[in-house]
Amino acid sequence: MGLGVGGGWASTIHLMVSSLGELERAVMEVLWDRPTPVAVRDVAEALAPRELAYTTVMTVLDRLAKKGFVHRQRDGRAWRYEPANSREEYVAQLMLDALALTGDRDAALTRFARSVSVPEAEVLSQALAEAHQNDDPTP
Amino acid sequence: MNTMVHLVITLVVSLAAIGPLAGARWVWRSPRTGILLWQLLMLTIVLCVLGIAFLTIPELGVTVAIALVGVATHHWLGTLRTRRRHRDVLSLVARVDAAVPGVLVLDHPLTVAYCVPGLRPRVVLSSGALAALTRPELAAVLAHERAHAKERHDLVLLPFLVLRPIFPTAAASVALLVEMRADECAAPSPLATALRRFTAVVPPGALGIVDAAVLARLQRLAGTREPLPALVRWGVVLAGLTLVTTPLSFLVW
Repeated sequence: MGLGVGGGWASTIHLMVSSLGELERAVMEVLWDRPTPVAVRDVAEALAPRELAYTTVMTVLDRLAKKGFVHRQRDGRAWRYEPANSREEYVAQLMLDALALTGDRDAALTRFARSVSVPEAEVLSQALAEAHQNDDPTP
Repeated sequence: MNTMVHLVITLVVSLAAIGPLAGARWVWRSPRTGILLWQLLMLTIVLCVLGIAFLTIPELGVTVAIALVGVATHHWLGTLRTRRRHRDVLSLVARVDAAVPGVLVLDHPLTVAYCVPGLRPRVVLSSGALAALTRPELAAVLAHERAHAKERHDLVLLPFLVLRPIFPTAAASVALLVEMRADECAAPSPLATALRRFTAVVPPGALGIVDAAVLARLQRLAGTREPLPALVRWGVVLAGLTLVTTPLSFLVW
């Protein structure tokens, strides 16, 4: 996997678990930086200082795709990946969740105080709606 | 038939207690006693309804019980799914900040602080909140959120949220008491100023949704906050236990 750096199995496994989330984040940051869909090898290249194996990057992208955070499309024999939403949209989604403006599941989080002005709430919701409209109408 | 009469009387008494308990301010002084009282009251009501249904038509009682468990499970699974998704997104976009160890920071100007409960809870602050709060206020807000996470207030609330369509006032009362309980775990005066800052994000002239619950918490923090005497607390719990033993004794036989 190119992740184990010695120190026995236990520490290797621990390293794998603790860095998977961090890797996903690093991969997303690469995708967010590029204006167009990115091939696996380009992601690996962008993360070159980490010396990740191609298969590791592919695994991470696969996980992200399964969670719905990236879309992939065929490009010849390889896949190209792009983020499903921009970073700002994800932050806006979390803020809407946090302010209990997303509907029925308001027991999922406990918030310090739920006070937000109507205009602010509308701005948040609109930003999200517009971002979705601007999404490329890919088939 | 005697059993039926007992159950109906207990049910009527319990239902009649909901209104006064929801309006009671003395429970604010000892939020945990208040929460326990609500739990005993709701348990009594549910058990009475089940008992009455079972005595009328046994199949009806069983059906109602299964339906309740089903609705609760559905609710809980939905909550877990929402939380997992929320945690996944957090791990992609939230950052750690040296100023607040152990807290996730979201870069957004609105003032927001919350906790994602669970086995590995996350406390989240917006950068707006980080900028708006003083050090003592920040400590108070974090103490409040960590109390929610540590005491699993989400689990306390779950049954009341399941029953909210039928007993909305009970759910609202317990939600407020849970907040007050978390408030007890933080330094009162910075907590109060922090609460005001959270409500102050409403621009002047704009329509704000300032929660009645926030106002109630501010009132409580401004008061003496002296807990109820032990004798009163035990008396209250004893009353609740007495209530719940009526349906329990019939169900056990």
